[in-house]
Amino acid sequence: MKEVLRDIDGWRRAGKRVAIARVIGIEGSGPRDPGATMAVSSDGEVAGSVSGGCVEGAVVTEALEVLNGDGSPRLVTFGYSDDEAFAVGLTCGGTVHLLIESVDRW
Amino acid sequence: MYEALRDALRAEEPVALATIVGGEPLGAKLLVGPQRAPLGTLGHPELDRVVGRDALGELEAGLSSTRHYGPQGQARQDDVSVFIESFAPPPQMIIFGAVDFTAALTRVAKVLGYRVTVCDARPVFATAARFPMADEVVVDWPNRFLAGAGPALGARDAVCVLTHDHKFDVPAIVEALKTRVGYLGAMGSRRTHAERVVRLREAGVDDAGLSRIMGPIGLDIGARTPEETAVSICAEIIALRTGRRAPSLRSTEGPIHAGSR
Repeated sequence: MKEVLRDIDGWRRAGKRVAIARVIGIEGSGPRDPGATMAVSSDGEVAGSVSGGCVEGAVVTEALEVLNGDGSPRLVTFGYSDDEAFAVGLTCGGTVHLLIESVDRW
Repeated sequence: MYEALRDALRAEEPVALATIVGGEPLGAKLLVGPQRAPLGTLGHPELDRVVGRDALGELEAGLSSTRHYGPQGQARQDDVSVFIESFAPPPQMIIFGAVDFTAALTRVAKVLGYRVTVCDARPVFATAARFPMADEVVVDWPNRFLAGAGPALGARDAVCVLTHDHKFDVPAIVEALKTRVGYLGAMGSRRTHAERVVRLREAGVDDAGLSRIMGPIGLDIGARTPEETAVSICAEIIALRTGRRAPSLRSTEGPIHAGSR
């Protein structure tokens, strides 16, 4: 979290909205522990990470949907066993659970 | 809530953030810490009380986890899942001896997130200009400095004695052994370390104390330069914390990551 604060504050000062995605649980092999955080601005800028680079692209899409929708938080799971595995799964075979929220709703 | 968490993190105040991640209201938050009144709510005062208590416990242990409760905080129910994230202040590394190895170790320790203090009794060498990456450079005798700083040290912290001068390092190690510090390493050749052990015994250190000392310091990776030695020391600190023997991953089997703690 700490490593993305500066970016979040900068984006908010510039009038952008910000979503925060946090790892809240992992099963099996996962590159980042619970608490790993990625922030996404309403312009699609990114700070931090929640995996080894496997799912970040999909997280940006989900985060922008949270910001452009009604602002409700969203639970997202990425895992090898998912139907989407070949598109955005973790190559390590693990499963990662994320909570994506709009900072304005914190 | 974001501003409160941000300000706490900037001030390195220990806090834990509890967020509902299963059940309603999804995303509700409670921020707690030993130095502050609870902020926010998870939707019910009893749930707040129970989760607040658990969160302070997780924070004390430096753990983050998801816990399950009844709607009013009841145990052994799972209507509500709460992710408790601990934000403990950074671990401390205290390095005794202001030498080239110290500058390299400071750099690697900063990469790993340590708050680094360099301490040496010689004012000519212990300068902030020589160790720009250090959070603090102290001119003092190591044992006297530790007498003040020691009580705050815990399992996540490290003391590295790089002086390899018995005059400084024996009293420093004796003082460090009185603390709960998780890693205590002492630099020097095998001969230097053998002499040091004799002197430490003369100073009253017993077998249990000697077994805590990682000396000669570092993992056996053939390090030569100050930078390579710094990697060797930091790798040993990680391996000691996780209880691994530190061979190469390709010559072992089993999960790559230590248990999520």
